[in-house]
Amino acid sequence: MKTIIAAGLVLLSASAGLADEAPVAEGTLHANLAGPSHVAKQDGEGIYNSVCAACHMPNAKGGTGAGHYPALAANDKLAASAYPVTLVMNGSKGMPSFKGMMSDAQIAAVVTYVRTHFGNGYADPVTLEEVKQVRETQ
Amino acid sequence: MSSQENLPALKRRDLFRMIGAVAGGSAMYQAMTGLGFAADSQYAGPIRLDGSPKGAKVIVLGAGWAGLVSALELRNAGYKVELLEYNNRVGGRAWTIRGGDTIAEMGGETQKCGFDAGLYLNPGPWRIPYHHRAYLDYAKRFGVQLEPFIMINYNAYVHSKDYFGGKPQRFREVQADFQGHVAELLAKTARQDKLDQSVTKEDQEMLLDALKSWGALNKDYAYVAGHDSAERRGYAVNKGGGLMPEPVGGQPISLSDLLKSDVWRALTFGQTHQWQSTIFQPVGGMDATPKAIGKTLADITTLNAKVTAIHQDDRGVTVTYVDARTGKDRREVKGDWCICTLPLPILAQMEVQAGPELLAAASAVAYSPAVKTGLQFKRRFWEEDDHIYGGISFTDQPIRQIAYPNFGYNKPGKGVLLGTFSGGPEGFALASLSAADRVKAAVEQGSKLHPQYKAEFETGVSWSWHRSPFTMGCAAAWTDELRARHYRDLAEINGRLVLAGDHVSELVAWQEGAILSALDAVSRLHRRVIAA
Repeated sequence: MKTIIAAGLVLLSASAGLADEAPVAEGTLHANLAGPSHVAKQDGEGIYNSVCAACHMPNAKGGTGAGHYPALAANDKLAASAYPVTLVMNGSKGMPSFKGMMSDAQIAAVVTYVRTHFGNGYADPVTLEEVKQVRETQ
Repeated sequence: MSSQENLPALKRRDLFRMIGAVAGGSAMYQAMTGLGFAADSQYAGPIRLDGSPKGAKVIVLGAGWAGLVSALELRNAGYKVELLEYNNRVGGRAWTIRGGDTIAEMGGETQKCGFDAGLYLNPGPWRIPYHHRAYLDYAKRFGVQLEPFIMINYNAYVHSKDYFGGKPQRFREVQADFQGHVAELLAKTARQDKLDQSVTKEDQEMLLDALKSWGALNKDYAYVAGHDSAERRGYAVNKGGGLMPEPVGGQPISLSDLLKSDVWRALTFGQTHQWQSTIFQPVGGMDATPKAIGKTLADITTLNAKVTAIHQDDRGVTVTYVDARTGKDRREVKGDWCICTLPLPILAQMEVQAGPELLAAASAVAYSPAVKTGLQFKRRFWEEDDHIYGGISFTDQPIRQIAYPNFGYNKPGKGVLLGTFSGGPEGFALASLSAADRVKAAVEQGSKLHPQYKAEFETGVSWSWHRSPFTMGCAAAWTDELRARHYRDLAEINGRLVLAGDHVSELVAWQEGAILSALDAVSRLHRRVIAA
């Protein structure tokens, strides 16, 4: 529970500017603008389809523009779960950090889902303990 | 009146320039503030870059606001400039989607906008506060006509799906009732002498007087249905003439319902400095100003240029690019300096020769999500039936806002409104849908505020900023922690490369931030060139 509360606080500042041109100060966060601060879905598939699919696309094939979103489908970088867990937690190079928006259980669920779908066959589920460790090494 | 304020205007300006030249922009700003100027903007008037650039050439990457301003001002100062842009147009996020436009998101979905002539969606920035002086100055210099953007409309709706039976409340009712209840509570406390500790007896009487007036309380300091409250919240039966029925004041919403439903949150929106009146929009669409500037730079602009690498050494900068439409025709352009305004997610993925601190900063700052959806309706029912002319309705559904067009009021015929403006986790959820489904969601949720939606809807267009090929996100999601760690590294000149854009400002996602960042980058670069 403690982690969830802490994560919520992080997100207040991170999400303050999300819904409009400009970040609003933490103290003036408008629920009517920013909405909830946490991802609602708890299951891996639900999280994928309401967060990840925004960039990696519903079919996990990614996309290309001036930069690119890597395909998660048949991606051998998912073999070691630490890599996707760290990316979801911290973000990098365009990938946002979701540590404030998702609990450890949600991160475990969504990484497990991606590693076992879209042509990825990494059957070992991501454990809560593993995600917790990545969060704590921040 | 201080003696400084009596200085002739020209002399003051010279003084600022002198301070600016000697001590840099921040000292000048402090000096100006001290003299009572520049109280809420750091724009100090048109930039002056004195001294010869000695034939130096600058490559400017990205023709959004920061790139356009950089290219414009550097060329005016005598630099050779080349401007590369990924899109087939200038303006970046300052963009307008109109009927006939075909737009393509990453992932391959394309939409052909079916709006009627004269109707449009600004998918990116859509308003300019009065204190964004740099924007206003460029708009004036380039002859762009502005019109008011209505931020707060007292007759627009505030909607909570779980309260008031799902029926939207008028902003004026929520505003008047919240203020009235708070005034009544405080008046009650004051009259019970419970404020003795913090308010003197003399002040207490004045406070009571103020609360009565501010909160529209009756003679007994109560906020109740009747003339006083109705003058603020509006009447249930409006005032008429002749033998028409007498006006009747409506029943205020209870304080408890206002608190539980969260609708009060809409009230502080227009009180936030960036959204305080007066606010403007360019007539005809947000792309007007960048287009006007871009026209004067056409001879030095290369469109459809996808930058793939930035290399630099002691002697200069080499930028490699390909044709954005084909991925072919690799070309190199060489210069002495480079101003890079590319969004960080794109820069971070590119081959860039720069210090590790700059690369780390670019990698660390991701962009926030945002979805906007424009809907065209057969008639302007929000005006005809609901008497809402411009402004914004708020809802706690994922679409979050319905923003009505701020032009063409009271005319018969069609209209386009903004049917979604969503961010945060809900923004991600909407952004995960196809554009067609985002339009459907906007119609479905919007119909909870306006039941006319379903019968009157014609066509829609939606833009998800995370699927935007030229930005990969809405705007830099800085946190205090990220700023403390990376901001300076991002802003400092790194070898022959300097970054500019709203992401290198305190006004993220505002056009003003991009302009101020560009002016600052150009000034610092120029000082270095002159000193060399």
